[in-house]
Amino acid sequence: MVSLSRTDLSKLAIFAAIVLTMPIWLAPFGAAYPGLMQKFAIYAIFAIGFNILFGLTGYLSFGHAAFLGVGSYTTVWSFKLLTMDILPAMALAVVVTGIFALVIGYFCLRRTGIYFSILTLAFAQMCYSLAYSVLTPITNGETGLLLAKNDPRVLDALFGASASTDGLPHPTLLGGSISGYTGFYICAVLLIVSFYISQLIFRSPFGLALRGIKSNQTRMSYTGFNTKPYTLAAFVISGMFAGLAGALLSVTDPLAGAERMKWTESGNVVLMTILGGVGTLYGPVVGAWLIKYFENIFSAINTNILHSFLSFLPDGLEQVVVAVLSKFVGEGWHLTLGLLFVLIVVFLPGGLVEGSQRLARWLTGRLKGSGAQPHPHPAE
Amino acid sequence: MTKFRMTRRGILKGAGAGLVTLGAPYVFTKGAWAEEFCNDPSKGRVVFGFNVPQTGSYTEEGLDQLKGYQLAVKHINGEGDGGILNTLKPVALKGNGLLGRKVEYVTGDTQTNTDVARDGARRMIERDGAIMVSGCVTSAEAIAQQSLCQEMGVIYMSGLTHSNDTTGKDKRRYGFRHFFNAYQSGVAIAPILAQEYGTERRAYHLTADYTWGWTQEESIKAATEALGWETVATVRTPLGLGDYSQYLTPVLNSGADVLILNHYGHDMVNSLPQATQFGLRDRQANGKNFEIIVPMFSELMAVGAGDAVKGIIGTSNWHWALEDEGTKAFTKSYGEEYGAPPSQSSHTGYVQAILYADAVERAGTFYPPEVIKALEGFEFDGAGNGPTLYRDSDHQCFKEVLVVRGNENPSSKFDVLNVIGKTPRDKVTYDPSIFGGELGPYEPNQC
Repeated sequence: MVSLSRTDLSKLAIFAAIVLTMPIWLAPFGAAYPGLMQKFAIYAIFAIGFNILFGLTGYLSFGHAAFLGVGSYTTVWSFKLLTMDILPAMALAVVVTGIFALVIGYFCLRRTGIYFSILTLAFAQMCYSLAYSVLTPITNGETGLLLAKNDPRVLDALFGASASTDGLPHPTLLGGSISGYTGFYICAVLLIVSFYISQLIFRSPFGLALRGIKSNQTRMSYTGFNTKPYTLAAFVISGMFAGLAGALLSVTDPLAGAERMKWTESGNVVLMTILGGVGTLYGPVVGAWLIKYFENIFSAINTNILHSFLSFLPDGLEQVVVAVLSKFVGEGWHLTLGLLFVLIVVFLPGGLVEGSQRLARWLTGRLKGSGAQPHPHPAE
Repeated sequence: MTKFRMTRRGILKGAGAGLVTLGAPYVFTKGAWAEEFCNDPSKGRVVFGFNVPQTGSYTEEGLDQLKGYQLAVKHINGEGDGGILNTLKPVALKGNGLLGRKVEYVTGDTQTNTDVARDGARRMIERDGAIMVSGCVTSAEAIAQQSLCQEMGVIYMSGLTHSNDTTGKDKRRYGFRHFFNAYQSGVAIAPILAQEYGTERRAYHLTADYTWGWTQEESIKAATEALGWETVATVRTPLGLGDYSQYLTPVLNSGADVLILNHYGHDMVNSLPQATQFGLRDRQANGKNFEIIVPMFSELMAVGAGDAVKGIIGTSNWHWALEDEGTKAFTKSYGEEYGAPPSQSSHTGYVQAILYADAVERAGTFYPPEVIKALEGFEFDGAGNGPTLYRDSDHQCFKEVLVVRGNENPSSKFDVLNVIGKTPRDKVTYDPSIFGGELGPYEPNQC
């Protein structure tokens, strides 16, 4: 069993503190409401899982949304058929997604590089089309799978948990309600656990092997190392993370729709990981938060809000500034995101994490005063 | 000096303790608020949430709906000329805000996507403190938001949603619909179809593949088969498709002589002109002229589809050229505000916001169960559709349904539809039990 170094443990502690205090530090940004914070935690789990595959082995999967969708559908079916408790639902979702990833991974991992990406994209689009129009008895197509009052719920019936007298049942954790902040803390704890697992994988010999595969797979195989089981294991683990994220999406909001499997979602998680920093521990989380923040907060800013925000400017100037800015907020938020993405990929290939490291180095360089050498850090 | 040592156990303990500490206040506040309801405006602002598609397949309709909402808030707050507040009977709104308080609003983009619609509605409820959420252009959005609002205990006034499920199988106590539905379209359009195209026809359906398409196909199929028509095939097309040629080619050799397009928004704007370009309408089949029917129609779609729309028969919830006082008042204030006649999408949004506000004013409180009771069974006139009833058993509005036809000689770019028939309210009234579903409890949940 791998144990973490002290630096890693303190990183974990800092991370846990940041995640659990979200309701406090997100308040000034207008994002401290349970609905969005749950999304923050869930998509961070998704991105952490994706990073185990992409960041460590270098295999760029363009079909991760399929696992998100499978996890969601499994969860809702578990709510419908077994019980409203979230534990069996999440366990089932992770297991089913794992099996699903094993099958897809078995085929896709026979190729590397761009062919692997295309294969995963093809599989995911296939799953999306199946969910959207072919398997409508299972997925309810475009409308999405919803709970109904007269679902069987065998386990609930077995243990005599009387169906609530009126209205739809809610997901519960061992009988307790999980709405609002409770739901957020459940997601937050699972995020911290996921972060911990990803730390373990990064530090383990397994993780080292994966990194070896990333830097030169051919050389690895020439030294007599069978890389196949390693890549497949990474693929399945990363799929299971996505399954857990999908399960949480349905736990916090008991509904599963086909659009979760669309290629744009797969693209989103790639964006998140690259924005934050591929192959770093914090990177994917930061990227996920940034994109979700843009999607939810930026997209809601309309010209009225801009006008009131910029009312200190002189009248004519205000009109011009609002007219320009309004193209970048509201429905134009994709534009802002695209610009940001281009800037980061061009100037900070290591993502925001690299940016913050550079900033820190620059600051410490300044603090040391003029005595600092022109190149304070050794060449890599 | 003691060294601070960090162990895994210590961290787990610390994290656990932190979790309990942070969670504790919420557990207490939850109990303390039990007597009250979600986003009680007596403590803060009165906020409406308008969640419409501003990107995606139904953008045009969504943006126009938003204009309707903005106008409604103006009129409720006593700005502008008051619109249908002058014609609505009975009316409790005085044009001084809601219960004497000014109404504010927040907006959101549903991206024509149910997940995003729910996210937006949650943001409005949890962060912005919305007391009422309204707006949608697809029934999938309506059903998703309405079930969310039921869970949160916030009233949802749906926008443009035409699926039978919204007030049928998936109806909710906290969801209300002013718009008509597919079943009513079928009842209204059938006599006109029999009169125009006879009773021996073979119909081919192309259907948008989601709840609205399914129920409209079912309703229109039932109505036309009752006329004696035969249904050759029903084919589902994915939402947001640009090119329909692969679906149109099989129609040519199917032996059908009528094509029924269960499409809306951009889908119809693409599929109808493409069907016309295929030469379907110039064809003869079974010794008759080939016809195309679009059972559910709107002005914005007719403008988008251009010449292809001429002569096409469909149904509408409302049309700006109607002669009653409510329509005139709304069309006038909308025209002064935005310089164009309103669409049925902005009309239904406008009316929904006004009806909610009026119900609050009549109930004298924002407490949702009281507002719901004020809306249930409410009989009113002067909102543009003649005498209208908000039925209590399924929260569906019952009013006249219009049968419209694409104008052959439009006099302006807005004059694209002619009203060719009005089906009276008692004809389109049905037994709520045919669609099943259950409204659920009045008592609000905590959000």
